[in-house]
Amino acid sequence: MPAAAELIAATKKYGATEALKGVTLTIELGEVVAMLGPNGAGKTTSISLLLGLRKPTSGKALLFGLQPDHLDARSRVGVMLQESGIPSMLKVREIVDLFRSYYPKPMARDRAIAMAGLEEKTNAQVKELSGGQKQRLYFALAVCGDPDVLFLDEPTVGMDVEGRRSFIERIAEFAQMGRTVVLTTHYLEEADQLAKRVVVIDRGLVIADASPQEIKSKVAGKRVRFKASALTEKDLEGLPITTSTVTDHSVQLLTNQPEAVLKELFRRGVEISELEVSGADLEDAFISLTTHTPTA
Amino acid sequence: MAVMAVRRAPLAPMLVRQTLAEFLKLWRVPAFSLTSIFLPVMFYAFIGIGSSSQVISPHVTFGAYFLASMAVYSVANVMIFSFGISVATERGMKMDVLIRATPMPPFVYLLSKCITAIFFAAITLAVLFPFAYIAGGVKLDPSMWMTLAYRVLLGSIPFIALGFAIGYLSGPNSAVAVINLIYLPTAFASGLFFPKQLLPSFIQSIAPYLPLHFYGQLGWDAIGAPTDGSVTTDWLYLAGYGVVFFVIALWAYRREEGRKFT
Repeated sequence: MPAAAELIAATKKYGATEALKGVTLTIELGEVVAMLGPNGAGKTTSISLLLGLRKPTSGKALLFGLQPDHLDARSRVGVMLQESGIPSMLKVREIVDLFRSYYPKPMARDRAIAMAGLEEKTNAQVKELSGGQKQRLYFALAVCGDPDVLFLDEPTVGMDVEGRRSFIERIAEFAQMGRTVVLTTHYLEEADQLAKRVVVIDRGLVIADASPQEIKSKVAGKRVRFKASALTEKDLEGLPITTSTVTDHSVQLLTNQPEAVLKELFRRGVEISELEVSGADLEDAFISLTTHTPTA
Repeated sequence: MAVMAVRRAPLAPMLVRQTLAEFLKLWRVPAFSLTSIFLPVMFYAFIGIGSSSQVISPHVTFGAYFLASMAVYSVANVMIFSFGISVATERGMKMDVLIRATPMPPFVYLLSKCITAIFFAAITLAVLFPFAYIAGGVKLDPSMWMTLAYRVLLGSIPFIALGFAIGYLSGPNSAVAVINLIYLPTAFASGLFFPKQLLPSFIQSIAPYLPLHFYGQLGWDAIGAPTDGSVTTDWLYLAGYGVVFFVIALWAYRREEGRKFT
């Protein structure tokens, strides 16, 4: 049984820019994978290769073992892209019905609309929808074909916190049907909430591929925050820390050995107040993975 | 090795849905639907009715002649605009990228737009013909009505290709301007609004080579008016233009592919 989606030593150049520098990635059926990385890291390019919207400069992209633009492969895939338009004069139910007709075994129209939480907008024209509702309509269009694999490129971009939270629940609901979900995001809590596997991409390369927990343990496990009025760069030199951020008098350190760090800071006679030690979340882990030069 | 059952959506219902969507998209834009349907009728009311019964050549009234002119004008108008603007707009809002990621084959998209355009053209004729009959008192043999309708619809195919090419070559905001700049002057130069004899002489000299000229001749001949050359020549020239427009459209489409999808 071929993998759901596969990149094999895939590179992609746009003119002189090298967007992907050799990515190998296998996504099995049933996996929920988050591709994480800063803007311009190569996430959207990876998705475009997997969907056959772009062709790799070298290497391969496969969907169910087929060329990604093969209609048999596409018939099993639902997709939500960044900033793609839909005709503003069509009604929600009309465009959902249109997209359902593209797929061999679509789900019922009302079910797709309900999965996106757009029941009350069934008869509204697209132009009457708010930004968040449009985003949910794209989700309805992505799931209405009842696909085996769902690709979501930055699905919650531009949503407020509440909108994002409920949207994540809708994606999770779809994943619980045993489907494969591949999403790109730079909202890091999304990856943590949804995915069992996180692929961190930076500058066209995969720099980490593990569970959210592993990624957290691999890098800075603890976050140390405190205030120090007269801290100099020299005070932090040689400490076992991954990254440090100093703004005014507030200091934030990421480290796996908070005790050793604090012991050394006390030994150096640094005056500390409002000390706080907590577990690093994925966002912290992510920052320390993709930080190229330590900030101080 | 066991071959996995090929599972794709059936094409006929897909084409029906796509065509319905394309139709509704245009129908709900009054700037397109109302102007395509009623502008020719309005022109006919202003220009055609007043001297409708005037005989301009044996057995041919001006009312009938101008009906053929407006039939040609309105159908070519629908073909160029519906294609040009919808393609340009959808490219502008990146609808084409989303559509491309779906399992819909591109020919379904293309075919649904053709069917929609032809259907729209048929509606404009269905409004224009009775108007000319009732308000303009145009009396033609039933066979002449039929000949005019089928020639005007069949002869419009090159203009579908032209609209398609413009849709791929111009931006979403410039498509309307580009079409008006090309279409209106050539409609005038081809004698669709007033006789070519009234045009400046340099335009008169290029007019006989314009695609709308040949298209117009097919219409005028259908109602029994004398035309230059034979109907066969008109068809051949029109077919030649069709091939040229189609090649340009295909080139523009490929160029877009190279930019967006490689």
